[in-house]
Formats: sequence, structure tokens, C-alpha cells
Amino acid sequence: MTKDINDDSFEQEVINSEKPVMVDFWAPWCGPCKAIGPIVQDLEKTYGDKIKFVKVNVDEEPVSPSKYSIQAIPTIIFFKDGTVADQVVGMVGKDKLEQSIKALV
Amino acid sequence: MPQSDYDIVIIGAGPAGLTAGIYAARARMKVLLLEKAAPGGQIIVSDWIENYPGFPDGISGFDLGEKMLNHAKNQGIEIDTSEVTSLDLSGDVKKIQLHDKTITCKSLIIATGASPRKLNVGEDKFMGKGVSFCATCDAPFFRDKIVVAVGGGDTAVQEAIFLTKFAKKVYLVHRRDELRATKILQERAFKNDKIEFVWDSVVSGMDGFFGVENVKIKNVKTNEEKAIAVNGCFIWIGITPNTPFLKDSVKLDKAGFIIADQHMATSVPGVFVAGDVRNTPLRQVSTAVGDGAIAAISAEHFIENLTSS
Repeated sequence: MTKDINDDSFEQEVINSEKPVMVDFWAPWCGPCKAIGPIVQDLEKTYGDKIKFVKVNVDEEPVSPSKYSIQAIPTIIFFKDGTVADQVVGMVGKDKLEQSIKALV
Repeated sequence: MPQSDYDIVIIGAGPAGLTAGIYAARARMKVLLLEKAAPGGQIIVSDWIENYPGFPDGISGFDLGEKMLNHAKNQGIEIDTSEVTSLDLSGDVKKIQLHDKTITCKSLIIATGASPRKLNVGEDKFMGKGVSFCATCDAPFFRDKIVVAVGGGDTAVQEAIFLTKFAKKVYLVHRRDELRATKILQERAFKNDKIEFVWDSVVSGMDGFFGVENVKIKNVKTNEEKAIAVNGCFIWIGITPNTPFLKDSVKLDKAGFIIADQHMATSVPGVFVAGDVRNTPLRQVSTAVGDGAIAAISAEHFIENLTSS
């Protein structure tokens, strides 16, 4: 299971992370978010040593989604050295996410 | 008898592909189901499905898709998350090119469905910044805000009603002066006082700094154009078939949907089609499921004939 983080730990887990981070913004009421979950977990198995995988429930954690102007989910943001390196909005396939990961590592 | 990796490969794991998988697996075929994104198909963005028999109180699209997926898995079919990049259908053995390998089969079922059609008025740069095709995903971000919904079919009307649970006002912009949606949905929409209908009109542009701040609405009868201030724009103006990867390998109609006979047979022997990607008069979960069953049985018969010849 991809690790859940919250608004309080966002800075520590994402911004200050030494490894690049893939943040999956999701909510329990969003079908495509639930559908993309297994794809993210799959990628975590393959790339987990190179990239940190975390997820943020936008229902419970309003601050970080608002900071990154998220108005659609699933949104996946890739962070490198504390800044946004890439952003993917909506339901996408594994191939597309893998491309973004490969560009980062 | 040609040698191949699989008897049947199905492309697309929506209701049509999953049903084809269930029937093919029960026919003891060696089946592979390919899905480039997530199983379930277009219904996973649908908030509520009320017209699929067996669920008298309705069911969420995601839950129905998940049940179909589990049903197919229980029959023992193999599912792979891969995108098909091209096909070679010229020989007895069909070749399917994925990003990292080529696989072969005796019979192919295309169930790639369709995707929401775009307006093409500059909405791409507002994707995730006010423009959406999925109310169940994004409506909660528009709590107490004003949004535009575009379209007049079942999806547009049902999702516009769903939007009113969050938005304080929904403009429903439709290019004709009456809705195409089924009557029960129309009745609900007309009774909903948060929905304002904008008839004979299209969205002709949108603007904003951080996200959508206003959309231009053009009356198609008077050509009059006006801008209205909104926070979001939800687009449901129909679908476009997921067939570009096929190039000219099977016969398509003018709109790009695959032409087939009553056995779901396409212009290429051994290649069958099911669901929304087919040239069909109705695109529903119930019709996709029927197509999937027929396509699987047709594929089975095709393979049996190969064996006996």
C-alpha cells in the first residue's frame, strides 16, 4: 500500500525528501482514483528504491491540494528537490506514468 | 493449425471486453485481456448507473466495473496492463505490438471503447484547472461555485444534476432547443432549480489566469456571443472511438467506429469487435455486455473452424 501522508507531514515527506517523490492526490469518492491505485502500487514495486511514493487524501487534507491548485483528481505530481517536476491530471495508463518516472530517475 | 501465444486476445477491459473474457474463459480458450489504463471502462467515471438490470437501486459505475472485473478474474482470465501500439492482422496469426514485446493470437476482439469528445476551443490548457470530463471526480472542488456543463445527452444531463449537489449554479449549454437525454433524466433536470438551461448555444471559448474564470457562449441561431463568469466547465458532448491505433487494418465508418455484422465480425477474418467502439445504434453497459458475449462465441467458432480445417 502506498503511504498516506497529511498536510502536517507534507513538507517533511515531500519537499525535504532526498529522493524524487510521486504524490498521488486522490479521494475515496473518485472512481478513477481508486482505479489508478493498483497501477501506482505496481510502479512502486518496480521503482520504489529510486522514487518515494506517497498519497494525499484531498478530502481530509485540504491545505496541500489547495497549495498546488488541484481542481481535478486523480492528479499526480512529481517533485524533485522540493519543486514540481511534472504533473499528470486524470486517469492515465501505466505507460504514461512510467515515462514520467523514467524522466526523473 | 497456426501456433500462437493465445487463442484469443481482447483489447480493452470495459464491460464489453470483460464479458468477452468471461465467455471465452468458460469456453476453455487461452485468453489474454489487455488494458492500457484501468479496468472498468468509461463507467468508472459514472456516478450512478440506473439502467443496468439486476441493480434495482442503481449502482456506482466504479462498483459495477469492479464487480465485472472480479467476475472475469474468477473465471481465470489473464489481464495485462499494456497499451497496444500497432497490429499486424495480415496473416492467420494476428500479431499485437506492445511497448516492450509482440504477442500473437488466433482471434482478436477489439473492445477499446470510446473517449469523451473535446470542444477544441482552447480547453486543453485548463485541464485540471477548471475543465473536467468527470463530475464524480471533480464536482466537490466546485462547492458553492458556478459551473457550465456542455451537452444534452444522457451523460450531460445526469452529470449536470450530480453537479448541483456541490455547485450553487449549473448552466447547461446545449446546441439545440431540446435535450436528447432520456425522459426520466430530463424531468429531473427541469425540476432542479440550480440548473439554468442555455438553449441553441455552444461554448466557443474560455479564459482565465489561474484557471477557468469565464467561458464564451455563442448562440448558434443569432451568432450572438457573450461571456459568463464561471469557475469550471464540464464537457459531455459525446464520444470519439478509440480506433486511431488500428490505422486502416479493419474497416471503419466515417466517424471512426468499427463496422461489423451481427456476429460482431469485422472486415478481417478472425477479428471481432464489441461495445462502444462498434458502429452501433446504442451505447450502454447492457449493449456492450451483449456485444462481448457474441464476440467471444464468434471468436470461439472461428478458432474451432481453424482446427477442423
